[in-house]
Amino acid sequence: MPFIPHTENDVQQMLASIGVSDIETLFDEIPAELRIRSLDKVPAGLNEMEMSRLMRARASGPQPLCFIGAGAYEHHIPAAIWEIVTRGEFYSAYTPYQAEASQGTLQLIYEYQSMMAHLTGMEASNASLYDGASGLAEAVLMAVRANRQSKSKRILMPATVNPNYCSVAQTIVENQGITLELLDYEVETGCIDVASLPSDPGDVAALVIPQPNFFGVLEDVNALTDWAHTHGMLVIASVNPTSLALLTPPGEWGEHGADIVCGEGQPLGVPLAGGGPYFGFMCCNLKHVRQMPGRIVGRTVDVDGKDGFTLTLQAREQHIRRSKATSNICTNQGLVVTAATIYMTLLGAQGLQRVASVSHHNTQTLCEQLSAIEGVSPVFTSPTFHEFVIKFDGVKAADVLTALTAKGVLGGFNLSDDYPALGEAILVCATETKTAEDLALYCDALAAVMGELKGGAA
Amino acid sequence: MSYEINNQQDGVIFDKSHRGRSNPCQAPYAVEMSGTIPATLLRKVPPILPEVSEMQTVRHFTRLSQKNFSIDTHFYPLGSCTMKYNPRACNTLAMLPGFLGYHPLAPVETGQGFMACMYELQEILKEVTGMKEVSLTPMAGAQGEFAGMAMIRAYHDARGDTARCEVICPDAAHGTNPATAVMCGYKVKEIPTKADGDIDIDALKAAIGPQTAGIMLTNPSTVGVFERRITEIAKIVHDAGGLLYYDGANLNAILGKVRPGNMGFDVIHMNLHKTFSTPHGGGGPGAGPVGVSERLIPFLPVPMVGYDGEQYRWLTKKDRPQSIGRLSAFAGNAGVLMRAYIYARLLGREGMPRVAEYSTLNANYIMAELQKKGFDLAFPSRRATHEFIVTLKRQAKTLDVSAMDFAKRLLDYGYHAPTTYFPLLVPECFLIEPTETEDKSTLDGFIDAMGKIKHEAETQAEMVKAAPYTLPLRRLDDVRAARELDIVWRPREQAE
Repeated sequence: MPFIPHTENDVQQMLASIGVSDIETLFDEIPAELRIRSLDKVPAGLNEMEMSRLMRARASGPQPLCFIGAGAYEHHIPAAIWEIVTRGEFYSAYTPYQAEASQGTLQLIYEYQSMMAHLTGMEASNASLYDGASGLAEAVLMAVRANRQSKSKRILMPATVNPNYCSVAQTIVENQGITLELLDYEVETGCIDVASLPSDPGDVAALVIPQPNFFGVLEDVNALTDWAHTHGMLVIASVNPTSLALLTPPGEWGEHGADIVCGEGQPLGVPLAGGGPYFGFMCCNLKHVRQMPGRIVGRTVDVDGKDGFTLTLQAREQHIRRSKATSNICTNQGLVVTAATIYMTLLGAQGLQRVASVSHHNTQTLCEQLSAIEGVSPVFTSPTFHEFVIKFDGVKAADVLTALTAKGVLGGFNLSDDYPALGEAILVCATETKTAEDLALYCDALAAVMGELKGGAA
Repeated sequence: MSYEINNQQDGVIFDKSHRGRSNPCQAPYAVEMSGTIPATLLRKVPPILPEVSEMQTVRHFTRLSQKNFSIDTHFYPLGSCTMKYNPRACNTLAMLPGFLGYHPLAPVETGQGFMACMYELQEILKEVTGMKEVSLTPMAGAQGEFAGMAMIRAYHDARGDTARCEVICPDAAHGTNPATAVMCGYKVKEIPTKADGDIDIDALKAAIGPQTAGIMLTNPSTVGVFERRITEIAKIVHDAGGLLYYDGANLNAILGKVRPGNMGFDVIHMNLHKTFSTPHGGGGPGAGPVGVSERLIPFLPVPMVGYDGEQYRWLTKKDRPQSIGRLSAFAGNAGVLMRAYIYARLLGREGMPRVAEYSTLNANYIMAELQKKGFDLAFPSRRATHEFIVTLKRQAKTLDVSAMDFAKRLLDYGYHAPTTYFPLLVPECFLIEPTETEDKSTLDGFIDAMGKIKHEAETQAEMVKAAPYTLPLRRLDDVRAARELDIVWRPREQAE
């Protein structure tokens, strides 16, 4: 029997101890009319060899060259990371409620919290949330709780935030009467125009600032932060962790720094894997730490005075506070955070800075090369991190991407559904994983596709 | 855990850091920055991250791993958590390069194999739960709960039935239930559990009314017994215009035996990290797919996987305009779903009922043996499901040895403690769930240890109260952890 070790002899001894004649009797409290006989639509079991063959077939096929980012980024993942992450002692451990039996996981989370706090320039970090999108939703809920000066449930959400993040935040906060008010961007620059912000925005709980924003463009975070603080808002920074090796950490934005920092942790050693599991990170300063959702690990001592680690500030959480908890969140993304912690350790500040700068460099190079192709032009004038927007004249973005896929290149993310005002535009990303040959291959493919499509149209 | 590991004081990774040490092999070659980013947006001081070698990294984290209990190393009878063996094949096959490299926004025609697995998992979960449709996207049980309650709200709202402002939860409910109801904008009304473990139906009748949006139940319940009058409860709730929410925490107990859909539930979430054996990973990631009855289908969270007989594709808000919307940036914890899919296929239709049968056999066996050793059961007149509750109230009162003391002493015997102090309504409780993957000799070892600790409590209570003794650390000062908050390592000059 798969994964069941009982011998017939074991079963008989156990039944005798219980005092019943067969296993079925143990289900006699379930009303007979509710019982089912079989699960006909579930396929019959496979053995490991058969399953392996099936899965290898499904995982096979061409591996196209990927220039899609849009919230999930292909980075090199050092070999040591998942070797360690999938050790049974990490992989098959439970939530560290029994601290003495979970020091490995607890210390690792403490180290993770430390690294995230230093990366973002904040004083505190939680043990992680589900992903970047739901992390932003939790940040919005936290901001409404934490902003004591404001009675408002209004949040300013720039249209340059990842549209999927906006949708998730909307799903999660709307039942609590919180409204997300869209803040438009400037069409020339692709970012929020600070000068055009209202001088009297009214009572607003928080402003969300994406850095880089969904278009890859860098926002004027210092001016935005100061504007928000002037008007009594908290600042929620939604940031890419790789970029923080190069860019000003949110803790240093403007005069006083951001108040809550969140983002998608996937770039830190986590494979694309069809969209998950990833993890959301969240950091804040100590004055707001009791409003932060999710687990937090603290260092303390045991009865002999030895250093150790334990879950702390649990009075915020659902298993203690029930209906008065800061969030219903119960888990963190422990195993994925394990990967990120090892990633940051292996790379260090210098390695992470190289990943960021090579990604930035490749992106700039690719943008220049693609823009030289006839019918292809860059959309925004502002500096970017590791993504950029280009548009096509006279052809559909969807058709270009389909034709590129046929040539083994995933050319980018089609923006024309979410941002029709941009025209036939796509969002392109080139991380450190791309070589000069890869960039050239993309350029040649796009030049050919533009020729074919235009030729076909004419 | 070896003696050496137990007695070492390794320090944190930052303590091993030396300026200038790096791993150039893992990083890309350096490039010149082009200068297009304005100086005001650039970082001035590099972040404080460890500067250690690859070998130091591997050794540090390997040694940390050795300070954990885990299923692979220890018996983990943690009630309501279903700590069963996580088959290695599920991990190996989910980590095939073709799956790991798949970008969530890549054209679906380049990921049909991946999509096929997701689609088939939806179909399997429908059959297992008796629900009409399934969405895989919730990333954990609590998010599945949120999706479920948000759908109930969307359903009432779509009918213009907006006066329903209350959700009923039993007092034994998991803490996420009331927290979720509040997140969905509802007030929570608790109803009591009777001495036999079933819900107090008179209290339910008194609590229910036109203000009731729904009820959140777990069946088998969190006290480890099957709610026998579930059909009657469903009728009472439906007659009042409310819907029934099923918390799938205990699905392992009834897999292939009875289905929430047949019991009358309208929406359910499953914890794939429990019933479908995906790893707990030290506290996540999980996966909490939701299944619904006919009337809630339009409201399911997106994206879902659709199949037209030729191609798999994502169903989005365009296909499901009444959907409660998105819960994750992409499509949930895909890699966890993949592991659950592989597990489901390895079990197959004939393996699923055996999960319920042998987990129930194991629980009833431990229950019978512990009773023979003189332990008090919380619900002695009932069958155990896949779990049951021992109450140590008598020991706490007469010997001053608490459930927590028993739990800590069990660690010395090499067993992870059962769930303690949950559910809250049973004093000094141990919620014990052995799962089907443990063999009889392991169970006998645990039973024996419980008997020995009981004897120790009766003869040397002070010793038990100071346990554990054999782990890397002894009991930790939780009060100090919260009062002198140290949650981020800082270099000495900054810390002082």
